[in-house]
Amino acid sequence: MMSKILSALFAGSVFGVGLSLSAMVDPNKIINFLDITGHWDPSLLFVLGGAVMVTLVLYRFIFAQGKPVFDNDFQLPSVLKIDAKLLMGSSLFGIGWGLIGYCPGPVVASLGFGLEEPFIVVGSLLAGMLLHKVLVRA
Amino acid sequence: MENFTPYTSLAGGILLGISASILMYLNGRIAGISGMIGGILNNPSVTEKMWRLAFIVGLVAGAFVYNHFFPISIQAREGVTTPLLVVGGLLVGFGTSMGSGCTSGHGICGVSRFSLRSLTATAVFLVSGIVTVYVVKHMIGA
Repeated sequence: MMSKILSALFAGSVFGVGLSLSAMVDPNKIINFLDITGHWDPSLLFVLGGAVMVTLVLYRFIFAQGKPVFDNDFQLPSVLKIDAKLLMGSSLFGIGWGLIGYCPGPVVASLGFGLEEPFIVVGSLLAGMLLHKVLVRA
Repeated sequence: MENFTPYTSLAGGILLGISASILMYLNGRIAGISGMIGGILNNPSVTEKMWRLAFIVGLVAGAFVYNHFFPISIQAREGVTTPLLVVGGLLVGFGTSMGSGCTSGHGICGVSRFSLRSLTATAVFLVSGIVTVYVVKHMIGA
C-alpha cells in the first residue's frame, strides 16, 4: 500500500509541474485556446500533443510487461460503448470548461497559488459530482 | 495569436505523458483527475482512496513548488463572477462524472490507447467548449 501511495504522490507531482510549465493552470490560456475566432492561442494543442505522443509510446512498452510493478493487473475502463451518457456528460463538461476556463486537473493544481477562484470552482465541482451521484441513484 | 508558447507547452505536455506513464507502469492506473476525485468520494476501499488522494496532494504540491521558483502570473479576468464560477464548476463536476472523464483521463490516457469512447468524448468537449466560448465572447459579450 505504501509503495502505491508514494508512486501516486510522485506521479501527481510530475503532473503538477507539467500543468504549471505548460501554463494550463492559467484559465486565460484555456479560454484563448477555445476562442478560435478571436485571439486564438494554440498552446493547448501542443500540451495535448506532447502528452499523447509520450503516453502512446510508453503505454506500449508498459502494457507489454503484462502487469504493473505494484499491482496484479492494469485497470482499464471496461465500458466500450459510446452512449448518451458519454455524449451528454462530455457536452456539459465542455460548456463548464468554456465558461470558466478550468478543467479538473488545472483547477486542483491551482489550489496552492493563493487565489480565490480555484476554491470556488473545486467546491462547486465536488457538488456537481455529488449531485450526479444522487441523481443516478434516484 | 495571443501569447502562444509552443516550447513550454510541448515540454509541459511531455511531463504529463511521463506522469501518466509512471502511474500506469507502477500502479496500473489511468491518470484521470476527475476519476480520481470521484474515487476519493465514492470508492469504498481505503487503499483505493489513499493513492488517489496522494496523487492529488502531489498535483497541488508540484504546482506549488513550481510556482514558488518560477512564479506564474495569472491575469485577473473581467466578467468572471462568483455565480459564473459556481455554475461552471457544477457543470464540470457533473459532466465529467456523467461522461466518465475529463481532459486527462479521456484526452491524454484514452486517446493514447486509441479508445473510441475517449476519442469521441474529447472531440465532444472540445467542440462544446469552443461553441461555449464563441457564444459567450462573440454573441453575448460582443
